[in-house]
Amino acid sequence: MSAVTTTAAVTVESVSKRFRVYHERNQSLKAAIMRGRRSVYEDFWALRDVGFEIPQATTFGLVGDNGSGKSTLLKCIAGILWPDSGTVSSQGRMAALLEVGSGFHPELSGRDNVYLNGSILGMTRKEIDRKFDGIVDFSGVEEFIDQPVKNYSSGMYVRLGFSVAINVDPEILLVDEVLAVGDAAFQEKCAEKFTQFRREGRTVVVVSHSMPSLRAMCDQVAWLEHGRLVDTGEARPILERYLDSTRRDIRPGPNGSIRWGSGEAEIDGVEVLQDGRPVDAIHSGDAVTIRISYTAHEPVATPVFGLALDTPDGVHLWGSNTRDVSRVIDSIAGSGTVDCTIPTAALQPGAFEITAAITDSSTTHVIDFVRGSARLNVVVGRAGDSDGVVALDGRWQ
Amino acid sequence: MDLVITLLADLRRSPELLANLTRREVKGKYKRTLLGQLWSLANPIALMIIYTAVFSVIIRVRAEPGDPSGLDVFAVWLMCGLLAWSFFTNVVTSGMGALVANENLIKKVYFPRITLVAASSLAALFTWAIEMAVLAVVLLVIGADLWLWIPGVLAMMALLALFSMGVAMILSIANVHFRDTQHLMSIVFQAWFYLSPVLYPVSLVKEHSDSFGQVLGFTTLIDIYRLNPMERFIEVFRNLLYDNRMPELDSLLYCVGWTAVALVLGGWVFARNQKKLAEAL
Repeated sequence: MSAVTTTAAVTVESVSKRFRVYHERNQSLKAAIMRGRRSVYEDFWALRDVGFEIPQATTFGLVGDNGSGKSTLLKCIAGILWPDSGTVSSQGRMAALLEVGSGFHPELSGRDNVYLNGSILGMTRKEIDRKFDGIVDFSGVEEFIDQPVKNYSSGMYVRLGFSVAINVDPEILLVDEVLAVGDAAFQEKCAEKFTQFRREGRTVVVVSHSMPSLRAMCDQVAWLEHGRLVDTGEARPILERYLDSTRRDIRPGPNGSIRWGSGEAEIDGVEVLQDGRPVDAIHSGDAVTIRISYTAHEPVATPVFGLALDTPDGVHLWGSNTRDVSRVIDSIAGSGTVDCTIPTAALQPGAFEITAAITDSSTTHVIDFVRGSARLNVVVGRAGDSDGVVALDGRWQ
Repeated sequence: MDLVITLLADLRRSPELLANLTRREVKGKYKRTLLGQLWSLANPIALMIIYTAVFSVIIRVRAEPGDPSGLDVFAVWLMCGLLAWSFFTNVVTSGMGALVANENLIKKVYFPRITLVAASSLAALFTWAIEMAVLAVVLLVIGADLWLWIPGVLAMMALLALFSMGVAMILSIANVHFRDTQHLMSIVFQAWFYLSPVLYPVSLVKEHSDSFGQVLGFTTLIDIYRLNPMERFIEVFRNLLYDNRMPELDSLLYCVGWTAVALVLGGWVFARNQKKLAEAL
């Protein structure tokens, strides 16, 4: 990998995993004897020669479409599945959050189940004793802890299971889409715990479909497609490429931008204007106008124009569109421009990426979408804020 | 052999998981019943009454008096064999279903799979120990000279537990691939029960064998009959509990031998297949 020697928490070495897809699965002796052999099946390669390293103390994402093999790979890392060839080795205690509350016995009390589940996840009795109050507190089911868990609501059940799992204190935590449990308040607590994990320098491996949470959490990712590794490394560029690849009609746009859309109308360019004149840079806190020039190849009824700003490393800062401010445009035909005026560009100095889009009135059908169509350069202005991304013009008394 | 050692290491590494899973089995079984754990005694007592009525009173099977203990109570003689037999079938039946019953767990969490089979065996052992304690009290009350033989009984209980677990390990894997196994085994256990000297003494078989003479020119019926490992286990338990004497050395060796075979074979089958469990289930 890189020249910097970091120890790998998990090493995946040319792992292949084959599943048998049974056309007629025999789980009875009769069927087996009648047919004279066990089953009719086809081989399906869920993973093919996948190899990478997960460095210690990183949050590592596995991305890919459904059926790309990412969950299979996570199970191979967890030791639930064994690869047909290749090896997976890991350094440090591992806990997998693949499903919470599995192994709860419905007739036993919440207390007994905490101990049972904790030991299934690899905790010793002493450890559970020590963390018991914390676990119960986190789950918010204190009053019912001595009730059989079958009397729990499904929310309580999941919360208790999750609390046990997240308190295992692993050096490597494997997470599969389970962070979306419970109500908003509980999710908040989970997110907090998760951040704490990362701060403490633990390794987290996460499978998720939620791009915003992956973008926010991951340092590195591996991108899988049909069981093969497409790329691995720094999270943001790969996530962007993965996201772009999911648009079938993607094509490169002018000056390094990326665009997709059905193309009835196209964005010709995006300009940054001040006092009606294009400028290279604006001062922090200035008023600015962003102008989208378009050409409609055929009349388009009720289009919606949108703009967005991102930092160079992909943090989404701002988005606005004509529908959400109730500026209905009846139809467009031929060439024209649309202006969006920002009275105060409350941004710290830096170069920001502008994304422009034309969609239909529902904003779900994309007519043209250009990522990185222009840059908004901001230089030091009136506000004396120290650092960060936004310029809130703080005043001290 | 390496595979079997891996399994043993798995078990040694997770004593607490094993204890908790066993507790789950024991506690969960009689939850929400009035009598609770007492129910585990109800079944053997009911069997004792039924079998004694049918085989001692109606059919008039005669068991020899204990030698040298001098005991002559059919019901007690019956229980000395029956409890060992029920324990064996309980371990095999619950162990056989342990993997299938915990399918969800196996697919979602990694932990040593052998603990599931071991925990179901331990739960059955727990129940059996209570039954045996009650039997021991009864034996002492009716005048058996049991104290000297208790260590031997405990050692044999451990041996039978290991033998049963070995069989359970093989069948638990078989049951994952063919769910027929559990139904087939309930029939096999019926036949096996009557082929073991639980309800009648071996001496009856010996009489028939002697009057029949040689089978296939080189062996006798009784020799074939005594190939059954459970025959030897039951004989040894009766020797210790009912007769209060040292069992035959060859029977002891036979029990040890069968246990070794069951454990090694069971361990080998289990270790070879446990990695594939999550997908086979």
